[in-house]
Amino acid sequence: MAEKLIHLIITRQDSPDSTPYKEEFKIPYRPNMNVIGALMEIQRNPVNAQGQKTAPVNWESNCLEEVCGACSMVINGKPRQACSALIDKLEQPIRLEPMSTFPVQRDLSIDRSRMFDALKRVKAWVPIDGTHDLGPGPRMPEVERQWAYELSKCMTCGVCLEACPNVNSKSDFIGPFAISQVRLFNQHPTGMMNKHERLEALMDDGGIADCGNSQNCVQACPKGIPLTTSIAHMNKETIKHGLKKFFFS
Amino acid sequence: MAKGHSFLSHRLHSLLGLFPIGLFLLFHLTANYQATRGPEAFNTAAGLIENVPFLLVVEFVFIYIPILFHAVYGLYIAFQAKQNVGNFGYFRNQLFLWQRLTGIITLIFIVWHVWETRIPKAMGAEVNFDMMANILSNPVMIVFYAIGIISTTFHFSNGIWSFLVHWGITVGPRSQRIATYFTMVVFVIVTFIGLRAMSAFIV
Repeated sequence: MAEKLIHLIITRQDSPDSTPYKEEFKIPYRPNMNVIGALMEIQRNPVNAQGQKTAPVNWESNCLEEVCGACSMVINGKPRQACSALIDKLEQPIRLEPMSTFPVQRDLSIDRSRMFDALKRVKAWVPIDGTHDLGPGPRMPEVERQWAYELSKCMTCGVCLEACPNVNSKSDFIGPFAISQVRLFNQHPTGMMNKHERLEALMDDGGIADCGNSQNCVQACPKGIPLTTSIAHMNKETIKHGLKKFFFS
Repeated sequence: MAKGHSFLSHRLHSLLGLFPIGLFLLFHLTANYQATRGPEAFNTAAGLIENVPFLLVVEFVFIYIPILFHAVYGLYIAFQAKQNVGNFGYFRNQLFLWQRLTGIITLIFIVWHVWETRIPKAMGAEVNFDMMANILSNPVMIVFYAIGIISTTFHFSNGIWSFLVHWGITVGPRSQRIATYFTMVVFVIVTFIGLRAMSAFIV
């Protein structure tokens, strides 16, 4: 009986500025494999489908349980994490591409700096640094904690930016995730104290106004974060903030 | 675009689409609908509009300037997107694409429509039933007008949905879903009024 093979078509790129090309691989099948396992198999034996020796495919991964977001890539046309993409559930040939919304560094690894820049822009943190003990912060109602926990599951994986038609080289849109993080930190009892700073950041160029309501983000998010609800909520908050500033200083 | 003004521009774009442009569209189509009761009824309705005091100022403030801003900024928004319905064929993403396509079709239609009706009026022609009947005596123009009307009513109806989200009125998924049904009903009704009015001019 012929050995069962997994057929992969990988979009590769040797350096940040070189032209991408496709390379096919056929690797031996093992039960319960994920895409990372298939890539590790190529790393062990870097031979393509034509039987030629090639450079092993480069990719990033870390936690292997879909909480770090490092192994995000486009698998069969959809951006998702390679660790939770099981070979048995994928249609073959399996097409792997980098999330090309971001600058590609090599093969499947990309540079997600723009996401961290976006988080810095909207000040997605609670400033608590001081020289003395400020004492315990105010408590948070349990009902609010429950939905805030859902928003806190964001792992900055970049899938929502890859899915969004308004995040591209022509726009400086910060992306759905950053808007949702503002909602998270603006309802935190201590984070709330700086909420106007985050609202103003959202109202700047490339902020919330660049959302065009395609709602791909909420469909694509691997953590099921209600991104479109967060965006609509922040639409309301920014409008309120803008009107208040205009009429009452 | 001016730096730091994109929030204001986007919100103004969304607001103007409904007030006054959307209201004008409804007014315009219902006035046209008078044609279904005969040429005299339409000519009376058109005559009433002619008698609005400071008509030219009203036209510029409530129609031309808002539409010009909405069109120019709309084109900027439309061409900034990188469409991806191929990989993400979700319902809202399809409508995202169609909102931008119908915006462009509607702009072409409006420019043509103004060229054929308002410009001749400024040159001294009289706007009446015969003017439209004459335009629509050409079968090609019937198809062009039908496409133009449907495109406009779609852009208007789906625009109501976007307005409700952009202004934070429909926030949760349930209210947004119900708004989708509501705007679909608006689309059917307004399209019926528009097309039925157009058919009245075909003699």
